[in-house]
Amino acid sequence: MTARLTRFDWYAYLRALRFSLYTMRRPLDGFWDLIHEKRGSMAAAHTILAIAVIVQIMRLVLTNFQFININMEVFSAWWVLGQMVIPIVLFSVANWCLTTLFDGKGKISHIYMGYAYAMVPQIIINAVLVPVSHVITYSEGMIHQMTTHIGTLWFVLLLLCAMKEIHEYSFSKAILTTILSLFAIGVMVFIFIMFFAVVSDGAAYFYSIAQEAVFRIRRG
Amino acid sequence: MKFILLTILAVALFSAPVTVYASGSGSSHYTYTYNEWSVPIPSPDAYRVTAFILGEHLGIGHFNNPRDLQVWGNLLYVADTNNNRIVVIEFHADGTFELVDVITHVYINGEPSPFNRPHGMFVSPWMLNYGQKWIADTENNRILHTDENWNVLTVIDRSKLELSALEDDRHFLPQKLAVDFSGRLFAQVAMVNRGLMEFDNDGYFAGYMGAPDVTINPWQRFWRSIQTREQRERGWLFVPVDYNNVTIDNEGFLFVTSSGPDVEPVRRLNAMGADVMIRNGWEDPQGDLWWGSAGHISGQSVLIDVTSLPNNTFVVFDRTRGRLFAYDNQGELLYAWGSYGHHEGAFMLPTALESMGFTLFALDATTGAITRFDLTEYGRYINEALTMYQRGLYEESYDTWQEVLRMNGNFNMAYIGVARALLRRGYYRDAMELFRMQNDNANYGRAFGFYRRQWMEEYFWMFAVALGVLIIVPPVVRKVIKVRREILES
Repeated sequence: MTARLTRFDWYAYLRALRFSLYTMRRPLDGFWDLIHEKRGSMAAAHTILAIAVIVQIMRLVLTNFQFININMEVFSAWWVLGQMVIPIVLFSVANWCLTTLFDGKGKISHIYMGYAYAMVPQIIINAVLVPVSHVITYSEGMIHQMTTHIGTLWFVLLLLCAMKEIHEYSFSKAILTTILSLFAIGVMVFIFIMFFAVVSDGAAYFYSIAQEAVFRIRRG
Repeated sequence: MKFILLTILAVALFSAPVTVYASGSGSSHYTYTYNEWSVPIPSPDAYRVTAFILGEHLGIGHFNNPRDLQVWGNLLYVADTNNNRIVVIEFHADGTFELVDVITHVYINGEPSPFNRPHGMFVSPWMLNYGQKWIADTENNRILHTDENWNVLTVIDRSKLELSALEDDRHFLPQKLAVDFSGRLFAQVAMVNRGLMEFDNDGYFAGYMGAPDVTINPWQRFWRSIQTREQRERGWLFVPVDYNNVTIDNEGFLFVTSSGPDVEPVRRLNAMGADVMIRNGWEDPQGDLWWGSAGHISGQSVLIDVTSLPNNTFVVFDRTRGRLFAYDNQGELLYAWGSYGHHEGAFMLPTALESMGFTLFALDATTGAITRFDLTEYGRYINEALTMYQRGLYEESYDTWQEVLRMNGNFNMAYIGVARALLRRGYYRDAMELFRMQNDNANYGRAFGFYRRQWMEEYFWMFAVALGVLIIVPPVVRKVIKVRREILES
C-alpha cells in the first residue's frame, strides 16, 4: 500500500477559497457547484472556520466597548473556539444523521463545507464592523446592531440554500431538516451532559468506596 | 488581691468609654457598593450611627412593635403600634432630643376616642394643609384626619368607601399614608392588591391607583402549566403583589415599595399612578444583586420602606438583611450598609425609614429602637456633589468628586462625576478614558461624539488636501505625459 504523497495544490486551494465569495452572492448556483463540480475543498472550509474563530475573538476583544463590553478578567479565547467549532461539528453530525433518513444526498464533509462557506458573509461583516465601531458613537449604535443582524440573517439564508443544494431538497424540506437538526443538537448535548454527569458521579462513588476501604484498613 | 483590684480597675477604665462611645465605630456596620461589573466592593462608611433611641431613654417605657415613623420639621412621630400611642420626639440642631408628646387618643366631637394599633401616620408639609395629621388607626378600621392640635376633622371608615371598594369579608385595615399637596390621601391598606386607595379632600374613596403590574414570561407560563396544584401553591404566586409602604417626596411624587419576585421593588409614581422612576444604572434599584443563604437568611432583598432625600436621592430599607441602600436620582447605587443582628447599626425586623434633611431614622419593630444615622465626611462629600449635579453645577462638582475619590478610589459614581465635569470643560479625551473605565457606554458615546467633531475640525484640511490632490494630480500627470510624448514624437 502506497501513501499518495502529492504536493499540496496551493492554486486549487486558493481557488476553492475564492469560490466562497461566489457562493455568498449566488448561493443556489454556488452551493450546487461547491459539491457537484468540486469547486470547494475541505482545506478551504477549515481555513474559513479558523478565520471565523479569529474574527470572532477579534470582534469580542477589539470592538469598541460601547457596543460589546466583555469583562477581560473572565474572557477566554478557548471558550470562543468552542463556541465556534462545537456548533459546526454538532450540526454536521446531527444534520447528516437526519438527512440520511430523509433521502439527503450530502455527506458529512459536504455539510461541513456548506456550513463553513455559509459563514463567509458574516465573517466579512463582523470584521468590517470592528474598525467601524471605533468611529461611531453609542447613539449611532443602531447601525452596528442592524449590520450585525444582517450578517446573521445572511448566514441563515446561505445555510438553508446550502442544505437545499447539498441534499437536493426542496426549499421547505431544507428548512424542516435544518430545524430538526437543531433539535437533534439539543438531544446530543443533553445526552453528553447526562453521560458526563453519570460517569463523574459513578467515579466519585467508587472513589469514596475505595477511600473508605483505605481508611478502614489503615485503622486496622 | 492586688491583681483583682487591678483587674477591676482595668475593666472600669476600659469598659466605660466603650459603652459610652460605642457609636461611630465603623466596623459594626459594613458599607459596600457595586463596581462597574456589579461586583460588591467595600466602601468607607457614608452614614454612621449617631443615636440609638429606646422608649426608656424618653422615660415612656419600651416601644412595643412600632410600625411607622414620620418626620415633620424637626419632629419625629413614632407610631408605637402595640402601645396604642403616637410618640412625638423633637430633635435639636446639636443632636440632642427630647420627648414632646405622647398621644393615645383624639377627640371626636369632644368625646375621647383612643387609638387601636395605629400602623402609620402622615403630617402634611404642604401649604394647603400645613401641619394637619392623618393617622391610620388600623384596628379601629379608620383613618383619622386631624388638625394641628389633634382635633378630628374627618373620620374615614367603611362608610366613606364604595361598596365595591373592598370585598365584603375584608376589614378596612389602613397601614401607611401619604397626602399630596392638593390634599389627596393615598393609603396603603392591608390585603388590598389593587394598588393604593385614593381618597379625595373630603375623605371619600376616589379609586385605586398605581396597581403593581405583574409580568409573567412564557417560560414561567409553560412551567406552571406542567406543575401540579401543590407545586403551584408552594411556588411563586403570580397575583399582583400589594404595596407595603408609601411615602411622598418633596416634588409630590409617591414612592412605593412592594415585595415579590416579579415586580419592581421600588417605584416612583406620578399623579396618574404611572411609574416614572429613572432606572439608568446597570441594575435597577432592588437591593442586593448577589446573595447567599448564610445564617438562615436567604432570598432576595425585600424592600419595606423608602425615603427621599433633599437632592432627590433615595434610600430603601431591606427587611431580609436589615440593610439600607442609597440610590441617586438616576437609579445608581451609592452605598449600602447595615446588617441583621442585635448590635448597633443592625436590625432584627426593619419596619420604617424616614429622613430629616440628610439624617436618617430607621425603626426596628423587634428591638423597638430608633437608630439615627448621620452622614460621615465621605457621605457629605458625595451628597454635596450630587446636589451640585442636581442643580446643574457640573463643572463645580469636579473638586468635590475629586475629594470623594481621595477617600475611596473604588467609587464608580465619583469617576463618572469627574468625567462629566471634564466633558463640560471640553476635556473629551480624559472624560472618555474615565467613562471607559466605568463601562459607561452612553456617556462615553457623548464624549466621543464631541471628540470626533473636534478631531474632524482639526484635521479636515488633511482630507481636503488629499481630496484636492486626488482630483488635481491625475489630469496634470496625464497632461504632462501627453506633452512629453508629443515632444518625443516630434
